Amino acid sequence: MSRRSAALRLDQAAPIFAALGDETRLALVNRLGTSGPLSITRLTEGANVTRQAVTKHLEVLAGAGLVRDEWRGRERLWVFEGARLAEARRCLEVISSQWDEALGRLKDLVER
Amino acid sequence: MVAQKLDRIEKQILLRAPRSRVWRALTQAEEFGSWFGVKLEGAFAAQTSVTGRITTPGYEHVKFELVVQQLEPESYFSYRWHPYAIDPSADYSKEPTTLVEFRLEEVPGGTRLSLSESGFEHIPLARRAEAFRMNDGGWSQQVQNIERHVTA
Repeated sequence: MSRRSAALRLDQAAPIFAALGDETRLALVNRLGTSGPLSITRLTEGANVTRQAVTKHLEVLAGAGLVRDEWRGRERLWVFEGARLAEARRCLEVISSQWDEALGRLKDLVER
Repeated sequence: MVAQKLDRIEKQILLRAPRSRVWRALTQAEEFGSWFGVKLEGAFAAQTSVTGRITTPGYEHVKFELVVQQLEPESYFSYRWHPYAIDPSADYSKEPTTLVEFRLEEVPGGTRLSLSESGFEHIPLARRAEAFRMNDGGWSQQVQNIERHVTA
């Protein structure tokens, strides 16, 4: 994979951080991840918000590539897309481990 | 739990040193640079920009800048920056920054340091992280350089 294509692909991970920065959407992703695919009716049952609000949140999540919808017969189901989440998490882990290393050097410095 | 918020990084570390020592290592430009891996000019003062250069061979062309937000002696220090803005051909100035916060607390045996970096939901962070990773493990090389410096 070329550096350019990797950069373009990962650049799209930014909306994932934003999409998950909301308790309702986070809960939706977790429900779909553990017991999905689920219909909008089932998803609304477990949420403290209206069906319309849930639909809007699902659309934000779909825009970030974290969920997608599919039709089974006449029922529209929402499905969790794990690959996008793994990608975003990996990006944050790189930064996180860099902090671990920097704090380790700080520790060495002040404890000398 | 399948997902959690990916908008911030939080760390805690116990440092076996007095709070005044930790404060100095965090807020004196030269000391900060020695563990962070950057040669810094100027002193840290609230609402002041501090610039410097990465010291790792191969990265000397990379400009480093942070903008100090708040300094509350021996208890709280914060700055904003463009995290890991290492691509010299990219213009990061228009991008939002992340907020880095250090909190110091006196505990038995030393100082508890809490670090938080937040605001990742607003920036194309992923591209940068990847660029860093792809630079032949540039960061671990940097770690070795700093260790040499600190123990010299």
